[in-house]
Amino acid sequence: MADVAIPRAKPQMSEDSAWTQLKHNRNWLGFWFMVPAMAFLIFFLAYPLGLGIWLSFTDTRIGRVGHFIATENYEWLWDDSIFWLSVFNTLLYTFVASALKFAIGLYLALLLNENMPFKAMLRAMVLIPFIVPTVLSALAFWWIFDSQFSIISWSLKHLGLINQNINFLGDTTWARICVIFANIWRGVPFVAITLLAGLQTVSPSLYEAATLDGATRWQNFRYITYPLLTPIIAVVMTFSVLFTFTDFQLIWAMTRGGPVNATHLMATLSYQRAIIAGQLGEGAAISSAMIPFLLAAIMVSWFGLQRRKWQQGESND
Amino acid sequence: MSSVQIRDVRKSFGNFEVLHGVTIPIEDGQFVVLVGPSGCGKSTLLRMLAGLENITSGTISIGDRVVNNVQPKERDIAMVFQNYALYPHMTVADNMGFSLKLRNASSDEINKRVKRAAEILALSPLLDRYPRQLSGGQRQRVAMGRAIVRDPQVFLFDEPLSNLDAKLRVAMRTEIKELHQRLKTTTVYVTHDQIEAMTMADKIVVMHDGIVEQMGTPLELYDKPDNQFVAGFIGSPAMNFLKGHVRLNGVATFEGPNGVKLPLKSAPAGSDGRPAVYGVRPEHFTIADDGAEAEIIVVEPTGSETQVFAKVGGEQVVAVFRERHQFNPGDKVRLKPDPSLVHLFDDATGKRMNA
Repeated sequence: MADVAIPRAKPQMSEDSAWTQLKHNRNWLGFWFMVPAMAFLIFFLAYPLGLGIWLSFTDTRIGRVGHFIATENYEWLWDDSIFWLSVFNTLLYTFVASALKFAIGLYLALLLNENMPFKAMLRAMVLIPFIVPTVLSALAFWWIFDSQFSIISWSLKHLGLINQNINFLGDTTWARICVIFANIWRGVPFVAITLLAGLQTVSPSLYEAATLDGATRWQNFRYITYPLLTPIIAVVMTFSVLFTFTDFQLIWAMTRGGPVNATHLMATLSYQRAIIAGQLGEGAAISSAMIPFLLAAIMVSWFGLQRRKWQQGESND
Repeated sequence: MSSVQIRDVRKSFGNFEVLHGVTIPIEDGQFVVLVGPSGCGKSTLLRMLAGLENITSGTISIGDRVVNNVQPKERDIAMVFQNYALYPHMTVADNMGFSLKLRNASSDEINKRVKRAAEILALSPLLDRYPRQLSGGQRQRVAMGRAIVRDPQVFLFDEPLSNLDAKLRVAMRTEIKELHQRLKTTTVYVTHDQIEAMTMADKIVVMHDGIVEQMGTPLELYDKPDNQFVAGFIGSPAMNFLKGHVRLNGVATFEGPNGVKLPLKSAPAGSDGRPAVYGVRPEHFTIADDGAEAEIIVVEPTGSETQVFAKVGGEQVVAVFRERHQFNPGDKVRLKPDPSLVHLFDDATGKRMNA
């Protein structure tokens, strides 16, 4: 049978068209599978990013084609104190909110990892802030921090702790505290649930072994949980920092950058200058100015995420 | 090193009692193996000894001290886990020195003791590796090293060999036994593998459904099982059981299934006609003209011995011969159990009847 089959197969091979070969070549096939994702990324990520950077070197305004003006926008921003205030605000907002989100998220994750009644329900409840649309929760916070109808002021007055309403969103310090608080409230579930997932990958027998080795609860955390969690912490905190740094919705819905620009972040300032005021070039320059900061954050996590020696396989003898 | 006393220990999870009053005395320096099928409570008992589970009632003492309410870390015991529980982010040396580090031992002291344990276990070239870079047997040795470094009163082993392949298991078995002979530390070892129990133990404790079925040296359990459960559990291939009745007219015999006559050396007086179970180990059959008629079903040669599956009185039995017989399936042979090595159990209670 084999003698018959082989000569028959040969002419068939040579008849294969270029198209059939293309279909069967694994490398081409791999390329075709990548095309949809590539197209998506090019049109919706790479192109807007490139366009934004290009716009930042022009004097484009809404309704008027811009001209290339080199770094004039950036030179202008360099002397703009409001821009520098927004940089300061963004860094403050990102740093304080991320640090607190990490601390609270880790604490919640450790609590939820314990055995307790209604564990599944409590875990689901933690996710609530995450599933409410940002704008809706921002509106709710807007009412909670309202200068006249704030429930916090009302409660404190009834408790006799204060005589006057607190001007939450009208005072620069209070306004910053309020938006940071709202951001933390929204961001904690993401951190907590991700860290919880990480905690659950740690084998309970490690804790038992450490307990028999003489570790206290704190030492269990310090020497077992924390080191095993570092890869997950690096991922989750990178995302958290990126999301917080580029935050827009929450601020815009609560304060629009006020009072006196005290809560203006780079994203909100960019929107205000570009869309509201129509200075697309200048707005694009503010947005582009975020890139170095974001790259720096990514670099930090890149080195944080480098596979640690203990995670590697047998390769490094 | 210390003795361990387990007295009438019970354990319940909610309303469900898994240990029904277990008493096991363990002498200083003894190697005790708790063996039984899964779910018999042996691992739970070990974890109670370690302090990882609460004791519902009864007492456990290590040395002269009752440890019921003593924290695990103050019990001065070391445990080797089934999955080894090595800290993945620590090198072999750090894994072994971790307990000393927690005790604020000086780094000189830690190095010295880790080095000594590494020499005992031939781990010296691996001290800078991470657990992921080790083979199963090496990980197992690191887990033991972690226990040795502490120089504890008692070693606990929880099925330490069940994650290894068959060949390595045999090698590690010898290594653990050798280690015990060298260190002479009291050891409690849990396994479901009766061969591990037989080969390693000074004393075997057979557990079943939360009670101790029998305690004794390996050969005591093999030669004189107290009941049908122990008889069936210890020994491989397992003991053959044939149901039937004791006959005491003049000479004691056993009437097996379908009237097969089987020899008995003796039977207790007044047991004539009692329903009983006749137990004979596969290695205690011989081919003899006055044996019971058997039809061969399957022959499995392993080289050193041959396992023969045959039907006696319609019931399947297995016999093991070290000499080489020429058997073929369907052959009729006469199998004779050695009457002095036969076990007789009460059919209703499973208790041993003959002396």
